[in-house]
Amino acid sequence: MAEAKVLDGRSLVRRRAGLRLWLSAGWLTLLCIVALLAPWISPKDPLAQDLFLGRLPPFWVQGAEPGYWLGTDSLGRDVLSRIIHGARVALTVALVAGAITCVIGATLGLLAGFLRGWVDMVISRLIDIWMAFPPVLFSILLIAVLGPGLISIIIAIVVIDWTRFARVVRAEAMAQGAMDYVASARVAGRGRLGTMVREILPNVLPTIVVLLTLEMGIAVIVEAILSFVNLSISTDDPTWGGMIAEGRTSVHQAWWVLVFPLVTLFLTVLAFSQLGEGLKDRFDPVLR
Amino acid sequence: MQVLRLLFTRLATTAITLAGVAVIVFFVIRVVPGNPIAMMLPPGATEDDIARLSALYGLDKPLLTQFGIWVAGVIQGDFGTSITTRQPVLDLVLGRLPATLELSIMALIMAMILGGAAALTGTRFRGGRTEGAIDVANGMALSVPDFLWGLVLILLFGVLMPVFHISGRVTPSLELPFTTNFYLFESLIRLRFDLWADIVAHMFMPALALAIPLAAIIGQLLKQSLKETVNLDYVTLARTKGYGETRVILREALRNAALPTLTLVGVQFTFLIGGTVIIERLFSYEGLGNMAIDAVINRDLPLIQGIVILFAVIFTGVNLIVDLLYTVLNPRLRHG
Amino acid sequence: MSFLSIRNLSVRLKKGPPLLRRVSLDVAAGEVRGLVGESGAGKSMIGKAVLGILPPSIEVTEGEILLDGVDLLRLPLAERRKRIGAMAALIPQDPLTALNPSHRIGPQITDRLVDILGWTRPKADARARELLAEVQIPDPDRVLRSYPHELSGGMRQRILIASAFAAEPRLIVADEPTTALDVTVQKQILKLIAGMQARHGTALLFVTHDLGVVSKVCQKLSVLYAGMVVEDTSVTDFFAAPRHAYSAALLAATPKYTDPLAGLQPVPDAVIAAVQAEVAAFDKGVAHG
Repeated sequence: MAEAKVLDGRSLVRRRAGLRLWLSAGWLTLLCIVALLAPWISPKDPLAQDLFLGRLPPFWVQGAEPGYWLGTDSLGRDVLSRIIHGARVALTVALVAGAITCVIGATLGLLAGFLRGWVDMVISRLIDIWMAFPPVLFSILLIAVLGPGLISIIIAIVVIDWTRFARVVRAEAMAQGAMDYVASARVAGRGRLGTMVREILPNVLPTIVVLLTLEMGIAVIVEAILSFVNLSISTDDPTWGGMIAEGRTSVHQAWWVLVFPLVTLFLTVLAFSQLGEGLKDRFDPVLR
Repeated sequence: MQVLRLLFTRLATTAITLAGVAVIVFFVIRVVPGNPIAMMLPPGATEDDIARLSALYGLDKPLLTQFGIWVAGVIQGDFGTSITTRQPVLDLVLGRLPATLELSIMALIMAMILGGAAALTGTRFRGGRTEGAIDVANGMALSVPDFLWGLVLILLFGVLMPVFHISGRVTPSLELPFTTNFYLFESLIRLRFDLWADIVAHMFMPALALAIPLAAIIGQLLKQSLKETVNLDYVTLARTKGYGETRVILREALRNAALPTLTLVGVQFTFLIGGTVIIERLFSYEGLGNMAIDAVINRDLPLIQGIVILFAVIFTGVNLIVDLLYTVLNPRLRHG
Repeated sequence: MSFLSIRNLSVRLKKGPPLLRRVSLDVAAGEVRGLVGESGAGKSMIGKAVLGILPPSIEVTEGEILLDGVDLLRLPLAERRKRIGAMAALIPQDPLTALNPSHRIGPQITDRLVDILGWTRPKADARARELLAEVQIPDPDRVLRSYPHELSGGMRQRILIASAFAAEPRLIVADEPTTALDVTVQKQILKLIAGMQARHGTALLFVTHDLGVVSKVCQKLSVLYAGMVVEDTSVTDFFAAPRHAYSAALLAATPKYTDPLAGLQPVPDAVIAAVQAEVAAFDKGVAHG
């Protein structure tokens, strides 16, 4: 009896592990579609202000105005439309910043871990220095230098987060480099760079994919944080972080301005991270 | 002997790291567009006024000379003068440091309690539903960063059930008898429990927001390492001595399982301190991070430099302490 | 009435094959019983079952383990642990892993005396010193303050033996206590255990794969194959004339101390086949009955 219970509990966890992969992927796909179709599916103009329609509650609350499903903010802008358009910013940052960070960080990590010697020393020292910066402060500083805007955000994320890839990939490449198959590839006459790209990279690739997924979630958060401290793109443009910043100030008067973008952001970050964890489990059955 | 040698090499690499941070921050912020001097003068100031003030702050000299002057100052403990408040940077920064330290340490303690409890409960009831539930909760807590937990907490305990304060460090109308800026600590020493309760009610949510992700990491790592340890021979032997399972886990397994977790917690604690920047902003908590963001917005170059350097010193210091602690706690390394 | 009495004990891997097949054996007070068999025969499993430390992946499917007349398997976990802790002790196989690396030696011997048996600290400390002297450890005070990694393997096994006898248990399970040690140390440790057992009058369940050891230490003997007791006899009878074909073959495969290589023979395939058939017949009987 007790034993049956134990097995039940375990299989429940395992089933949940498969489920979370699909739920995460589903949510992110939905978000992508919404972002792509934003101009056509958003019910209102996300920038249109109407001070007479300020702080309308969502549709099920007394006093709601039809057409403004999730209510409006203090300037009378439609919350749902701004969330939909905010998804464009968030996903652009996630994909572009994630990809560039990944390529640069993984390359440096691979070089350091495989070539060792002075290359490794320089890169490791750089990683140490980077780790001594508080990342949020660093990104705010960079935005101050670069000026607000989408491209600045992407550059800031790349500059700060390359170490996430470099650290892990370096360690992995070092571990792989010590293995016999690498030595035999070298004996078989393959050059150093050839060995790195043809032998090491494919074995490190699953790790890189997992890190990339996690990084995209982090990029979404960084964009939100920068919008929150009012350093992202211009104040009018709809971003989740900007909406949250506004909602935070008026949380006692109009909770919906904070809650809806927050829920969206929360689910998106959770989805990226659960997708990464789920992929990790798939790639590495031993971990389970 | 070993501790000393470790201390020496670690101090050397720490010095290199700090020098790197100093160089990067100095030159990066010099690229900031917008003349900070022009920003602090009232509109209608002449070119002449700007030039005079620039000279006062040394901003008219070549970059390398400025760097030399700054480094020379820093070595003597002079971090320059804040452009916005015209007070010495060191005084400003040290004035805010206690607030951030108290917040970080409170968060660390919360994380260790929550994470430790999760790991121990999960290990005690391993293989069952309880462990599964703890794993799921850990996964959630780990997936979402402190910033979002902060917002969630504001909604839960600031709006839905308003039990804690959502902004500030202490209720402004209260009379503060403190001589240091360690309010939490000093209120305890002075036995002013009314003040202490007020400060805790302000700190609770930002500290918890910072603690949640770290608690999840501690919970996960410690549970993993406990589950390996509880099957070792000496733990099994203790079971034959008549002890209950809880006591066996606490006394025989915990200490050895905690060691590998400790080093990782060190690195994670620096991430937590880094997180205070945005969390302090979110909760309008008057600490270093909040001041840092203001300094960036106001282009207060000397203040930015000072704060970043201080953060870097804290980060590397924490890592150093953890390494030494690891050596001291592990008897095999100590005598080896 | 025997002090330890195992009746029809069967255990298996959860949802897996059986590892013990209705094992019955008795250890009278003050008696030494050897448990021999090849690796995987389940001899260690019996010791673990008696002490309540079977791995969680293994379950008991039937049987009783009576310790001083009380069935341990019927007791709730906490009570079972207490009873075992008060009456029995383990001398583990590998002294290198059986001491907690982060505690000093002293508390590892004395803690149970204070915590479980309610002794005072000074009394327990005195007892520990006395025991270390008895297992011939020079400078007991220094050793009690040491950490395990500061001591040699033989030293640590002596400490574990002292620790096992500390609470004057009435039964000790020795789980291949010499296997992990250097050959030179093995003999001393064996002598030590036999001497301690005789002086303290403790019942001993001695798990080993070495018949030579059995002939020196034990009075009774159970031979195991594939989790089944194939022979349960006194040691003198066994060495004079083993009754079971497998026991005889095992004896023939054991080197004599006088002439290690003389007449050494592997267990014949026919004997293995016969005993395997016996196991199969047993499993079939269980399935039908």
